[in-house]
Amino acid sequence: MADEKIHLDHNIIYSIVEPESRVLDLGCGQGDLLYPLVRDKRIRAQGIELDDQAIQECVRKGLSVFQDDIEKSLREYPDDSFDYVILNQSMQEVRKVDCVIGDALRIGTKVIVGFPNFAYFKSRFALFFRGRSPVTKSLPYLWYDTPNVRFLSIKDFKDFCAEKNIRIVESYYLGEKSTVRLMPNLFALNAVFVLTKKK
Amino acid sequence: MKTLLNMKKTKNENVNNNSIGVVETQYHTIAGQGDELSLESGEKLGPVTLAYETYGNLNADKSNAILVLHALSGDAHAAGLSLEDHSVGWWNDMIGPDKAFDTHRYFVICSNVIGGCKGSTGPSSINPATGKHYALDFPFITVADMVHAQRRLIDYFGIDKLLCVAGGSMGGMQALQWVSSYPEKVRSAVVIASTLKHSPQQIAFNEVVRQSIMADPSWYEGSYYEYGQPKKGLSVARMIGHITFMSDKSMEEKFSRRQKSDKFSFGFDPAFEVEKYLHYRGLNFAQRFDANSYLYITKAIDYFDMSGLNLIPLGKTVDTRFLIISFKSDWLYPSYQSQDIVRLLKKRHADATYCELNSTYGHDAFLVEINEQTTLIKHFLDKTFNGYMVAGKHGR
Repeated sequence: MADEKIHLDHNIIYSIVEPESRVLDLGCGQGDLLYPLVRDKRIRAQGIELDDQAIQECVRKGLSVFQDDIEKSLREYPDDSFDYVILNQSMQEVRKVDCVIGDALRIGTKVIVGFPNFAYFKSRFALFFRGRSPVTKSLPYLWYDTPNVRFLSIKDFKDFCAEKNIRIVESYYLGEKSTVRLMPNLFALNAVFVLTKKK
Repeated sequence: MKTLLNMKKTKNENVNNNSIGVVETQYHTIAGQGDELSLESGEKLGPVTLAYETYGNLNADKSNAILVLHALSGDAHAAGLSLEDHSVGWWNDMIGPDKAFDTHRYFVICSNVIGGCKGSTGPSSINPATGKHYALDFPFITVADMVHAQRRLIDYFGIDKLLCVAGGSMGGMQALQWVSSYPEKVRSAVVIASTLKHSPQQIAFNEVVRQSIMADPSWYEGSYYEYGQPKKGLSVARMIGHITFMSDKSMEEKFSRRQKSDKFSFGFDPAFEVEKYLHYRGLNFAQRFDANSYLYITKAIDYFDMSGLNLIPLGKTVDTRFLIISFKSDWLYPSYQSQDIVRLLKKRHADATYCELNSTYGHDAFLVEINEQTTLIKHFLDKTFNGYMVAGKHGR
């Protein structure tokens, strides 16, 4: 099991990834997601991360990581290089999302995407009643100091997948402490999707 | 052999406890008659003496050996204190007890490259065929030739597989060459501030370096050994080198525009501190490094090319793990060259880590930026040596 203090999304991704698979984690941070997978499931992991401190932390954990920008880092990989390409909490920081997802689907059999839901009811409340940009548990930043450049809802992402011919094979909607079943676009803080190319 | 290795590590009060202590360069001769080194140029070379030092102890199954590879003007004296000239090894901050290359755990070997002038056979050695210095009769050598010679030294120790090959600059090239020539013998490679191949800019600098040596009238077509080194040419060559090893910023920090006196001297004697520094470094180098070796080794690194399929041939995979490090202010071996190595490794699905460290020291950073390099190398080696500690405190 992954450590309990680790986020719900990490636990879900941990359970999705098959043992001994090849995994590329885009925006792997300090390797908190990859480390338990390598330790327990003996996956072949590669992280990509830009932050200096995070890189050092990954190496401390024994992880292999490239210091690089996600948007420039995928080009060289041959097709089907990985079983999973993970974009957890990093897609919203990417400018050319369609290119990155397209490349991720090219080099990975499955793509796992996790992102904060902008249509969460507290976000809607902040915007509608308070007239202010939302600050929530999954979108904790103030407008002038956020790494996020893309703000999307669960429905937005589903539309995107339909338009780009991407198949959603699994979907998980996360609230504060557990998964959400009812009206996820309203009640989920985060979503995790497993994607493949449409055949 | 083990007792022999232990014997030379006597304690010395002048060195702090975190140092290896006194070390002594050893010599091993290979490539005797009938067993000469076949060089890439097609020529043969033998016998060949290799100067080397070792630190730490080789374990019973010989699985903890690390080969450290030196840069252009380096030597076998990588760590500890040499009583011969009271010098401390060129990577002393990185090799020793509890350091990046931890001699409590690993057996570290460093040997002088062939073509060099620090104890290994090179143009300043005596040619057994003539009884005179080789000078320009010395055959051209390549980075691959250097590595083939090192391989014989590793064989002499009975080491089948190295835990790691590691080096900066030309040392990084040798590490890549090891992977290319003997992939099954290298568990991991640490390649710092290096490249797959020299760019035209790097070749250009080396050509200016060579021309400044050869333009010195006392170079005598390389046959200067009876008369002494072509000091002027060699020291100018080294000045050029030192400019390329630093960065604009590190030179500003180190010298700024400071002068000997407040007023201009209105003369050509060195007055700016940067001028004095270059003169000092140049002359110092001319006293300790053979001019012909500089010519041969610069040529060897200009020829070096691991691009395309040279590092990993088509259809092959490597199990070697890589740690690639570059420095932001290094303009002699810019980060893009390390990133080119990374791109190549990605294409071939090699297990690799790349980190670009912040440093203002330019190319020199690989010798002086200790803390971050230590963290990276220490943990990288640990993972290579031990794998994951499944039953550790994180294990369930």
